[in-house]
Amino acid sequence: MVNAKINGIEVQVAPGTTILDAAAKVNVKIPKLCYNADLEPWASCGICVVKNGKSPKMLRACCTPLENGMEIITNDAELVETRRTVIELILSTHPDDCLQCPRNQMCELQTLAAEFGIREQSFPKRLRGLSKDESTNTLILDPEKCIRCGRCVKVCQDMQNVWAIEFLGRGEKTRIAPAGDVALADGPCIRCGQCSAHCPVGAIYEKDETGPVWEALRKEGPEDRVCVVQIAPAVRVALGEEFGLPPGTVLTKKIYAALRRMGFDVVFDTNFSADLTIMEEGTEFVQRFTKDPTALPLITSCCPAWVDYMEKYYPDMIPHFSTAKSPQQMMGAMIKTYWAAKAKVDPAKVFSVSVMPCTAKKYENKRDKTMFSSGYQDVDVTLTTRELARMIKQAGIDLLNLPDEEADSPMGPYSGAGVIFGATGGVMEAALRTAYTLVTGDELKDVNFTGVRGISGIKEASVHIKGTEVKVAVAHQMGNIATVLDQIREAKKAGKPSPWHFIEVMACRGGCIGGGGQPYGATDEVREARMAGIYNDDQKSTYRCSHLNPFIKQVYEEFLEAPNSGKAHELLHTHYHEKAIYTK
Amino acid sequence: MAKMTLEQLRKLREEKKRDIERRETEGKEIRIIVGMGTCGIAAGARVAFDAILAAVERHGIGADVVIAQTGCMGLCHVEPTVEVIVPGMPDTIYGRVDAATATKIVDRHVVARALVNEHIYDRPAADIIRN
Amino acid sequence: MAYRQYMLVCGGTGCESGKSDEIYRNLLKEAEAQGVKDAVQIVKTGCFGFCEKGPIVKVLPEESFYVEVKPDDAKEIIAEQAVKGREVKRLLYDKSTRKSNNKIEDIEFYQKQFRIVLRNCGVINPENIEEYIARDGYAGLEKVLFQMKGEDVIAELKTAGLRGRGGAGFPTWLKWDLTRKAPGDVKYIICNADEGDPGAYMDRSTIEGDPHSVLEAMAIAGFAIGSNKGYVYIRAEYPLAIDRLKIAIAQAKEYGLLGDDILGSGFSFDVEIRLGAGAFVCGEETALMRSLEGNRGMPVPKPPFPAISGLWKKPTVINNVETLANIPVIITKGGEWFAKIGTEKSTGTKVFALTGKVNNSGLVEVPMGTTLREIIFDIGGGIKGGKKFKGVQTGGPSGGIIVEKDLDAPISYESLQALGSMMGSGGMIVMDEDDCVVDVSKFYMEFCVDESCGKCAPCRIGTNQMYDILDRITKGKGEEADLARLERIGKAMTKASLCMLGGSAANPTLSTIRHFRDEYLAHIRDHKCLTGKCKDLVTYSIDPSKCIGCTLCAKKCPVPCISGERKQPHVIDASRCVKCGECYAVCKFGAVVKN
Repeated sequence: MVNAKINGIEVQVAPGTTILDAAAKVNVKIPKLCYNADLEPWASCGICVVKNGKSPKMLRACCTPLENGMEIITNDAELVETRRTVIELILSTHPDDCLQCPRNQMCELQTLAAEFGIREQSFPKRLRGLSKDESTNTLILDPEKCIRCGRCVKVCQDMQNVWAIEFLGRGEKTRIAPAGDVALADGPCIRCGQCSAHCPVGAIYEKDETGPVWEALRKEGPEDRVCVVQIAPAVRVALGEEFGLPPGTVLTKKIYAALRRMGFDVVFDTNFSADLTIMEEGTEFVQRFTKDPTALPLITSCCPAWVDYMEKYYPDMIPHFSTAKSPQQMMGAMIKTYWAAKAKVDPAKVFSVSVMPCTAKKYENKRDKTMFSSGYQDVDVTLTTRELARMIKQAGIDLLNLPDEEADSPMGPYSGAGVIFGATGGVMEAALRTAYTLVTGDELKDVNFTGVRGISGIKEASVHIKGTEVKVAVAHQMGNIATVLDQIREAKKAGKPSPWHFIEVMACRGGCIGGGGQPYGATDEVREARMAGIYNDDQKSTYRCSHLNPFIKQVYEEFLEAPNSGKAHELLHTHYHEKAIYTK
Repeated sequence: MAKMTLEQLRKLREEKKRDIERRETEGKEIRIIVGMGTCGIAAGARVAFDAILAAVERHGIGADVVIAQTGCMGLCHVEPTVEVIVPGMPDTIYGRVDAATATKIVDRHVVARALVNEHIYDRPAADIIRN
Repeated sequence: MAYRQYMLVCGGTGCESGKSDEIYRNLLKEAEAQGVKDAVQIVKTGCFGFCEKGPIVKVLPEESFYVEVKPDDAKEIIAEQAVKGREVKRLLYDKSTRKSNNKIEDIEFYQKQFRIVLRNCGVINPENIEEYIARDGYAGLEKVLFQMKGEDVIAELKTAGLRGRGGAGFPTWLKWDLTRKAPGDVKYIICNADEGDPGAYMDRSTIEGDPHSVLEAMAIAGFAIGSNKGYVYIRAEYPLAIDRLKIAIAQAKEYGLLGDDILGSGFSFDVEIRLGAGAFVCGEETALMRSLEGNRGMPVPKPPFPAISGLWKKPTVINNVETLANIPVIITKGGEWFAKIGTEKSTGTKVFALTGKVNNSGLVEVPMGTTLREIIFDIGGGIKGGKKFKGVQTGGPSGGIIVEKDLDAPISYESLQALGSMMGSGGMIVMDEDDCVVDVSKFYMEFCVDESCGKCAPCRIGTNQMYDILDRITKGKGEEADLARLERIGKAMTKASLCMLGGSAANPTLSTIRHFRDEYLAHIRDHKCLTGKCKDLVTYSIDPSKCIGCTLCAKKCPVPCISGERKQPHVIDASRCVKCGECYAVCKFGAVVKN
């Protein structure tokens, strides 16, 4: 152990602990800007400087390990002055349009400037006049706002292994830009939005589509819209953060109530269509498992960023992809077909909105023609959790004091299997719960497959179903995928069976609860709290398995006939195509 | 040359050292060494080198004169530099050697055994490692 | 027929002004008069340096070294030395602290240089490995392979006290020892030949003149730390050095001095060349390694130090060219021998590229502890054109200006730092009274603006903001608060930058403000650049009372903007003047006035 002092306070930490982390242990906060707990310190901002004893040198707390006998000083007049100067230098290259900025009041630079009481511009502005990249229609890259902290680049390259964003230019001309200086949409970007979730300022953010939704909610004019909304599993455990609640607080029923107060006519829950996904995907798995083992492994496909990644980087895996659509798209298709017919509403008048923890979902809803399976765009607009929070605030809705309400029937009530889709391993666990029954005809005594839960990047488990061992793997955070897929590729090349039968992949760390559209400030601590919320909700559910959800049974009886039926295939399944990584 | 063994390396070193000693003690060989570092080449060392070759050929003394290249002698302010070693005369470094001076060095110093005016410079240091 | 004797009369500028030309003519005349013109050749030479004792006459082969010679001495020199073969004792160099001396090689001045690194430069043919071998080349490698263990090599370096010559002065043995002890099977040796300071070319010359010394040292390092692979990272702008290095590697492999099983010792070591694109920041070791890996050349935080996690995250020794070139000699002659040279904490020698307003620019290698004054005035021959010394910039854009009063400090890592500069890699640029410190600071800041990699905020933004302020001041648009701004940004940059490029970029500005605050203030308050270097602050006019109408200035003017009839006073059209200063330089009557 390392023994040292920070501001005179004795501290004992494991070797290798940075000064920043060690200080946090003794409740000493060191101002910082470029540092993000998810990433290796990039050490670009120069704000977290501290001193050691009498040495005049300043050390960067984010990347300097605490050493035995150090006497760290985290604040004195010189340190404060140095930090202030650096902040002012950064501000001199940053536009002053805070009031119009998507990160207004949620900006780490703005917060620092406020904390340091910056009252004047000591140095003239040096702005560059760079233009935005809005090519993805999902994420907006505004290099003019960029403070070049490097987080997005590190996230995209190190965490996600996508390499869509890179630094271009040198010196002051350094800018973040799509790699190869193409438009973001023409390169490898998978729209996971992790860049936007990690950006400390307003340089990368989701495309705001609250406008069209408000417009539709007027329900005026010739269109006479019927507004239907669905909320994804992960939204309910994170939205509260925008309203001052701790991460993991489950707000499902208050969100339903808020959506109705915003003007939505019908409120459904994506957890229901997650159950539907399990019926389709679970059946698909059981068929392959029992009849065509060479078609294994089956790989989940409900994460659109992952689908895009696979089409670009692992097209040879297409035959292993589940053809089942994601819950968002299944719900969209069902709303404009099954529900519209049942409610006797002209599907042309239905305005279908989804609230997702995800930026890629904005891209998914127009991904290909199967996303128009109802004859219309199945999901008209996808909002992120952050956008929903803004709308609730704009509407002046007192979310926390709303009465609890229920979702509408029949596509509201969900099983515990549906809600755990929001966390990494959840799809796998939900699928196993149902696959067991589909194969054996029995119900599980214990539905908890804890081996696939948790924040660890790659999780493996094996399950015995009727004497046969089913080997499964769960990977999340795109950068962890290669380890799994490369083993499958090798096994295939060697003519050996795949090391796993069933694989779940989610692009974001922690799964959807850590999605690129979630409230800012996700750390592993936050992610684990959100996960706990998810599993809590599962625990409390009346039904823990998708096939036990009586409303699932109802939609098959009334409409879909059976899992993987012709009708189901037409509405609930999709196709994949090999894609060029660079289209230009 | 094939790969050497330790013995072969030692033998080669001894041989070469003897060569140098012989050259120094017997003093038969005339050597003209042109500084061909980047500084020298940029200042025109190649032109000087060619002019020396031409002059040596013109005098028909090619067999008696060794013309060699070396790196920077340190006298960057007077590049190109040429060192001339003629037995019986002081070892001399010439600076600012253009084609005309190079020709003059061969004509006067090597053939007529007289130093060339206005172009002599000193190596910044005697090389003590050699001692 | 050959001459019996040669008298070399220094024809350097300093000596010329001391009437060396007259001495030369008198010697010729006397040789003729005293009948020895066929026995002694009188030759006029270039500057020998040591101008403060000029005019200088050397007599060969006796190697008599006469100082402060006067034209009248010619008669006696010829009579005594040429005719009677006796030295003129009273003219021999005699430093009061030393007893009289008459041999050139004994004179202290000529011992101020001490060649270890440059031992073979300008001596051997760099494209012939046998010439290197003849001068004890690869004897160091031979010794370590057959007589030493890895730890012995490191112990020898520790005794030698060799410190990194790339700038920071980290003990080389410690670097090697840490890397040797770091866990891992694969380790690397990198030679940092990414020399980038403006005005520095020591490493280029070393590789061009003696490539094998670097290769031998790398192999020794490989043996000491347990590495079989070395890379030379060299900038692509050094084509000749690259060629010579390629030839050297090929020859060393052919002779079995690189490659598998060197000299049958069982030790294998290979060297590859990697070309850098010439970014200054890639001389910073972590950025260099990123570049070598094929990534963007940006520094990363240390720790982890390269010794633990360097190239491709493997333990790596990274040394610069000059550091490495010392090593074969340390091995053959021993660490103790080396430690005797230089000062206690800074042992050995240092190579400097002496440039700027100095008579003898060039590469000089001096023992540590030599003073700047000795380098500039003795070896460098003083300031060009007899102008006044203003300052010397060591350490290039990372160093600071050192002024007259500090010239007698013995050179060491610590002393230069204490003077607000740094050793750096060894660039040494001398400035005279015609150099404007604001202009010089602006030049260095512009260099840093261009070379900042853009990663870290203090450097990326600070250099640009400082440049803008300096530019403003040189244009007469500065304000007094700008000095405080420069100091404020400079301090923050120095403290909060990630690497030494940013950490030292403010040094030239901060040190010139410290030493020449009045000059800055003259620019700001009076809108005056006393040296005339800041063109926006200079106006040229013609004093009609002095102008005789010779038309010379009008002919020289490149615009042209000078008009006037022959034999009538001329006039400069200030609105069109480009302030090149040609008219000022050419006027023989002092009629052109610079304000």
